[in-house]
Amino acid sequence: MRRLSPAFALGLALLGLMLLVALFADVIAPHDPYTQSLLRRLRPPAWAARGSFDYPLGTDGFGRDTLSRLIYGARISLAVGFGGAALAGVIGVALGITAGYAGGRVDRVIRIIIATRLVLPSLLVALAVLQIAGSGLLIVILVLGLTSWDRYAVVLRTATAQVCVQGYVLRARVLGCSHLHIVTREIFPNVASLAAVIFTFEAAQCILVAAALSFLGLGIQAPEPSWGLMMAEGRRYLTTDPWQITLAGAALATLVLAINLVGDGVRDWLAPEMRP
Amino acid sequence: MAGFLTRRLGEALIVCFTASIVAFALSHIGDNLSTAIGGMEATPQELARIRAYYGFDRSLPAQYLGWAGHVLGGDLGTSFFSHESVTRMILDRAPVTLALALSSLTLALLTGVPLGIAAAVRPGDWPDRLCLFLATLGQAMPSYWTGLLLILVFGVELQVLPISGTESWLSFVLPSVALAWFVMPVLARLTRAGMLEALGADYIRTARAKGLPRHMIIVKHALRNAILPVVSVAMVQLGYLMGGSIVVESVFALNGVGLLAWNAIQRSDYPVVQGIVIIVAALFVLLNLCADLINGALDPRLRR
Repeated sequence: MRRLSPAFALGLALLGLMLLVALFADVIAPHDPYTQSLLRRLRPPAWAARGSFDYPLGTDGFGRDTLSRLIYGARISLAVGFGGAALAGVIGVALGITAGYAGGRVDRVIRIIIATRLVLPSLLVALAVLQIAGSGLLIVILVLGLTSWDRYAVVLRTATAQVCVQGYVLRARVLGCSHLHIVTREIFPNVASLAAVIFTFEAAQCILVAAALSFLGLGIQAPEPSWGLMMAEGRRYLTTDPWQITLAGAALATLVLAINLVGDGVRDWLAPEMRP
Repeated sequence: MAGFLTRRLGEALIVCFTASIVAFALSHIGDNLSTAIGGMEATPQELARIRAYYGFDRSLPAQYLGWAGHVLGGDLGTSFFSHESVTRMILDRAPVTLALALSSLTLALLTGVPLGIAAAVRPGDWPDRLCLFLATLGQAMPSYWTGLLLILVFGVELQVLPISGTESWLSFVLPSVALAWFVMPVLARLTRAGMLEALGADYIRTARAKGLPRHMIIVKHALRNAILPVVSVAMVQLGYLMGGSIVVESVFALNGVGLLAWNAIQRSDYPVVQGIVIIVAALFVLLNLCADLINGALDPRLRR
């Protein structure tokens, strides 16, 4: 086995840490992330002048422990990121393989669908849908999936078209295998690695978009400890207590960085031809 | 070239049509348009009057055709709230968004492309490492967070730059940096990859063998080929930037199209939302067409 590159190793370590934190949030978090207290509002982190180790990263405007909220927030970010990217993957892979395999008129129609998706401003559409449909974890995942399948479709369409002219696909055709058999047994295994690579990058992207939706107030709703929401709530105390925004943003950036590093590593390993 | 042009143009028109259907559907899936206008307390009679007045009682295809006809004539409808013309509202705010989009894209190109070139000239050396580091970091930081951090440092601590409004060009500095910081990595990575590929090609070896000066080889021979994907992506990014740097405009209170869209969504002002979606989509189609044409001009092989 090849040696891990330092960046890939760092990414794996960070992502693993985040997964553990999210999984064991109720064990690790020092406080309940929802308990409010007017007596301990806006405490600074432990290393600042008035800080204490009871609340290692301070408290927010409602007196809730920031560290605990960040820990529980990891669950939300990971759920929307991987949920959104998985749903987008199902849609995009289905469209891409269908277009590449069928070709002709079907391909032309799907190309138009992809192009339409690409020209529509996805954040705007997502916000409009959330405003109508209401917000919540599942709806956010659904909207993310419906607005971010394009890269899967574009890449898999081309890859499938290339695989379709290979000898083993032609052989399966000549042998009279069904379309379903050819797609699932011959084509999918050969393009699955591409989908896996895109999945990691899309997960990072979904986390960023979901945080932006929360930041604007139409994603995950209060009092859930979503990192985007924490930044939005922290804006009110930007000049006096910048810790909220700094810490929540740093958590978000670290997670996205970790997933991107893992994505780079997975790409170099599974599909080096996709290197930009 | 003529065949290439008509094919691209035909596709562009079809995509405009499908995008307009989505934009239209977006405001009609809820079936709450009349409630959005009349408010929750409106009586059934009032709602019926509103429906008749705005034509919501017609069939959906009829409504779509009526709307699409007006859009083609340049009329995007009127806002439910201010009763202003949507076209006017968008045009009024377009300069702010355009200025922001162009300044941040320029900034991203001016930093990203040289960084990518420097990285590719000596792969593995410190400019290359710096390029990868900045690219990885930039892509992990959402632009509104970068914006808030910039506000903290330059607006609150140092107090050297304005943090909101559009009074002078100085107000655009921080939002442009925040957006460029997110766009630059993509451009730098693409330039680096394109340059690496170009510098390894045979014609570069020939140029070297001819004894051409190094800067000439890099700029005239390699960059010309490496820049193709950068052009396409820069156009796409420009589309994203114009379509609403919604979050950044809201962070810096810039009264552009993004903020307009955001306010319209919050108030369920569907004609405005619908209008902005269709305008942005049309703009995107146009930019893609431009990218295709520029690339076609730079590389005749693409005109097939």
